[in-house]
Amino acid sequence: MNAMLTIEDLRVAVEDKPILKGIDLTINAGEVHAIMGPNGSGKSTFAQVLAGRDQYAVTHGRIDYDGQDLLALPPEERARAGIFLAFQYPVEIPGVSNVYLLKTAVNALRKHRGEPELDAMDFLTLVQQRMALVQIDEDLLYRSVNAGFSGGEKKRNEILQMLMLEPRLAILDETDSGLDIDALQIVASGVNSLRNKDRAFLVVTHYQRLLNYIKPDYVHVLAGGRLVKSGGPELAQELEQRGYGWLQEQAGAAP
Amino acid sequence: MTIPQQHYREAFERQRDQLPGAGVPWITRMRSRAMTAFQQKLFPDTRVESWKYTDLRSLDRHVFAPATATVRLTDLPDLTPWLFDGAPMHRLVFVDGRFTPELHPFQPLLTGVTLSSLAEILNAHPEQLEHVLGETLAPERPGFDAMNTAFLEDGAFIRLERDAVLEQPVHLLFISTGQRDSMTTVRNVIQAAPGSAATVIESWVALNDVACMSNSITEIRLDEGAALEHYKLELEGAAATHIGGTYVRQYRDSRLVSHSIALGGRLVRNELQVDLDGAGAECALNGLTVTQGRQHVDNNTRIDHRQPHATSNEWYRGILADRSRTVFSGRIVVHPDAQRTRAQQSNHSLLLSRDAEADARPQFEIHADDVQCAHGCTVGELDADALFYLRSRALDEAAARSLLVYAFAADVLERMRLEPVRHYLERKLAGRLSGDNRLPREVSPH
Amino acid sequence: MTSPNSQIDNLLNREYPAGFVTDIDADSVPPGLSEDVIRLISARKQEPQFMLDWRLSAYRHWQTMPVPQWSSVHYPPIDYDAISYYSSPKSRKPGPSSLDEVDPKLLETYAKLGIPLAEQEMLSGVAVDAVFDSVSVATTFRDKLAEYGIIFCSFSEAVRDHPDLVRQYLGSVVPPGDNFYASLNSAVFSDGSFVFVPKGVRCPMELSTYFRINAANTGQFERTLIIADAGSYVSYLEGCTAPMRDENQLHAAVVELVALEDAQIKYSTVQNWYPGDEEGRGGIYNFVTKRGACRGVNARISWTQVETGSAITWKYPSVILEGDGSVGEFYSVALTNNLQQADTGTKMIHIGKNTRSTIISKGISARRGQNAYRGLVKVLKGAEGARNYTQCDSLLIGDRCGAHTFPYIEVKNPTARVEHEASTSRIGEDQLFYCRSRGLSAEDAVTMIVNGFCKQVLNELPMEFAVEAQKLLGINLEGAVG
Repeated sequence: MNAMLTIEDLRVAVEDKPILKGIDLTINAGEVHAIMGPNGSGKSTFAQVLAGRDQYAVTHGRIDYDGQDLLALPPEERARAGIFLAFQYPVEIPGVSNVYLLKTAVNALRKHRGEPELDAMDFLTLVQQRMALVQIDEDLLYRSVNAGFSGGEKKRNEILQMLMLEPRLAILDETDSGLDIDALQIVASGVNSLRNKDRAFLVVTHYQRLLNYIKPDYVHVLAGGRLVKSGGPELAQELEQRGYGWLQEQAGAAP
Repeated sequence: MTIPQQHYREAFERQRDQLPGAGVPWITRMRSRAMTAFQQKLFPDTRVESWKYTDLRSLDRHVFAPATATVRLTDLPDLTPWLFDGAPMHRLVFVDGRFTPELHPFQPLLTGVTLSSLAEILNAHPEQLEHVLGETLAPERPGFDAMNTAFLEDGAFIRLERDAVLEQPVHLLFISTGQRDSMTTVRNVIQAAPGSAATVIESWVALNDVACMSNSITEIRLDEGAALEHYKLELEGAAATHIGGTYVRQYRDSRLVSHSIALGGRLVRNELQVDLDGAGAECALNGLTVTQGRQHVDNNTRIDHRQPHATSNEWYRGILADRSRTVFSGRIVVHPDAQRTRAQQSNHSLLLSRDAEADARPQFEIHADDVQCAHGCTVGELDADALFYLRSRALDEAAARSLLVYAFAADVLERMRLEPVRHYLERKLAGRLSGDNRLPREVSPH
Repeated sequence: MTSPNSQIDNLLNREYPAGFVTDIDADSVPPGLSEDVIRLISARKQEPQFMLDWRLSAYRHWQTMPVPQWSSVHYPPIDYDAISYYSSPKSRKPGPSSLDEVDPKLLETYAKLGIPLAEQEMLSGVAVDAVFDSVSVATTFRDKLAEYGIIFCSFSEAVRDHPDLVRQYLGSVVPPGDNFYASLNSAVFSDGSFVFVPKGVRCPMELSTYFRINAANTGQFERTLIIADAGSYVSYLEGCTAPMRDENQLHAAVVELVALEDAQIKYSTVQNWYPGDEEGRGGIYNFVTKRGACRGVNARISWTQVETGSAITWKYPSVILEGDGSVGEFYSVALTNNLQQADTGTKMIHIGKNTRSTIISKGISARRGQNAYRGLVKVLKGAEGARNYTQCDSLLIGDRCGAHTFPYIEVKNPTARVEHEASTSRIGEDQLFYCRSRGLSAEDAVTMIVNGFCKQVLNELPMEFAVEAQKLLGINLEGAVG
């Protein structure tokens, strides 16, 4: 079976300052990978680089997605190829309603896949089903994207988008930060509802808590710009108890 | 030369050798240049954009002369009503713009703080002011700024050294003895070194309602991390003209909270300019104007965001009765490098009579794109629903109106941290609003 | 549509009023303005005496007025003596003989806007005889309107055919002495539109300048007068989305609208001024005085405009709310890109009781464009219960552009309620990345955000205009990001 995502020796810098110092990772369809790490380790950078944010300079390395060179694709093409990033800080776009952005994105994707676009009725039906899953009120749909949303509402809105766009590789960038336990469970159930053998998830998180609800297949620790340790779900428990210190020392020791 | 121009020229010539710093070359040059600039035009007319709504033609007909110093101290009344119920404060008292220590004992302060009369510094240590005096003024500005520079006699000089924190507020009490057609010219200089903090209150009061003029400029410089809370209370007589400028330059991470309250005076112009010249600087400008009779109060503010990440917040309220008039002109300029600026401005006026007029000009000039700027401005009357609600809870109409008007003003007073000052103003406000039927009943059947 | 040339020829072949003989075939009147030039213009147009007197009076007044100065818009001074105020057809520069001679960039724009070839020729000034049977098209249109009693013709025709109406209303909303450019216009106006809608009649179609004979080349000093009698309704569209390229640098037009009791006038403008080159050279000075008077009770006047590009625009469509219960509305989108400057706004003057005004102004500044809003809301003493709501929003694209708002609010009546709000937003990297990560291309993202921003205004335009306006915004935003 060919891997969905293969990352080789990825190095990334921001304004000449190296952030990621050589990441190697393989993700197969059907798997859930968690990336944990202390603040400043480069977790968010990693997530954003995968989605195509160009303010980060990739100085070295290769990323293969379904046999394609991912680094050669602009963000919208990565999205159309099935990559979705749930933002850590979802952006506000006043004047553009949520429902409008969703419909445009869904239809852009369908068009790319050669499927017929959804008309207003069908789209609304679909949205209403998905909204129920993330417990978002219908009136939020007609408000401007993320405008005046609470932190929790913004994150749930990201999950709604994910449910509507049905990506093949979903990257969650600290989706759990700032959420209370109820919101956390909603986010988790949204994610879990999409889990299947054709889909992969990359869950970036600082806290182990989310992983109680979204059980990962693999856990990796990113520290000092490198993946310093990988393991199964029990690694998350160990980090919860011991913190990151013991791993950071290891990272510090490496050149 | 017009008659007023000649008059002011002669007054200047008569005085110049007695003005503080008379023998010092840089001071003499400064005054001369200012006088030349002032003579070009004297006062701005309504064709000058920022004076569009305030007509100064009366100043062409009505000239002022520097107040004489012949007032006997024993003729002055007890200061108690102006002392904020005896709350402990460092205090400098000025009579007709001149420091008068006899009226109030003056204690030396902690190390790290200089609190003195400006005239004393100009006479004894002029070098301390050489590059400081006038540093916040735009160069060669004609009109009132030039007039102030030419004629300035005294004021307060407050300097805080690095990290000096003044716990007790400083109260600058300016008393006008109300000599007919007299003018007082005051310059205050406040310098806060990095990390320092203080609270300064300027009260402007008068002994009577005689026509006279105060021209005052307060220059404030807040270095990195410094904090200042500044109060300016305009409580002068019913025929007084007050032209006041407060010019502030703020550096990185400094904080200014300003409260400008105008209850007195016949013609008042408050210019408040803040230059946010350092990243992360913050300013909050609060203002309350309560006018009656034929008062005309013009609040002209300008905030320049020159560096990124600075925040400004303006909160001005006006209550107008009788035939009074207020002008609010608030300009916010966001310069090209000032990304991540957050600027908010809110200005609301309440008209209580048929003949009152409120003019407002909230203005933005924005040259950077990653900014959040918003302003809201309303002019109107008391909310009918709120009035009805209070009346349905058994308040009579007059009481209901009183309460709502008071609440409207209290909105600004609540932002004052100094309780004694706040209480003092609350009482003054209550007195103004309830006495003399300030709230006519026939306004609006809506 | 008859070419302008043949119309003028017809006119020139008529006889001239006694005492004034001039060599028709000579080149145009030399540049500069004088009473003789004005007499010449009036004679050429065969105007009745009252019109000539009116022009002369305006001219004399103009001579006493100082040139206005505005701080926020920068333009080099105009030499009024260097302008030719009347050009005879023979002196007009020959137009391109075919589309091959026309600036290809212009043609590209026409194509993008979906303008048919025949129209493209007309717009570029290609001299073609009877491009299509425009005379009959325009005539049929006019006949249909005439059935309703509606008069829609060129201003010059109205002066000759309906002098009483013109005399009654001309200058009643914008008096000749009102401002510098209005005075100049009153002296030398060339042509424009005249509309009269009788009592209770709802004009069955949108009136567009396209259908007016002599639409092209009416040039610099347009004069328009629209009168809606009691209970009537008319919607008038001005402008076109094709870039207006013009030899004439100075445009000083006057538009007067009069709405009587219960009448409604909707005036929409979609204008795309050719911005000259990327350095902003060759732009047009557009000084227009547009004013509507709600004379009667419950009268209503709305100004809607979408403007891109150009030059230096100075226009303040205004509404004078005299009648009790009258309503004034102003909806505007102004887009500036490169080095363009726009200084726009409105004046709402509340005079009668219970009057209402709504102002929605959206400014979009891209690259080094500068947008300024300058509006006045004035509530006079007797304006009981006046209500105003103003919303000024600025959208900034890129970090070198500017957005400025300078509203003036003057309230003399305590029962008034005036609300003004302004806000700024931007299309920055964050928003673009967010949209792209959802599968939209950068251009689509910008278009989507801009349309969302302008929605409130675009909704006020008649449908076809709205579609054209959106296209116009899209084209003018090209290259704004990235």
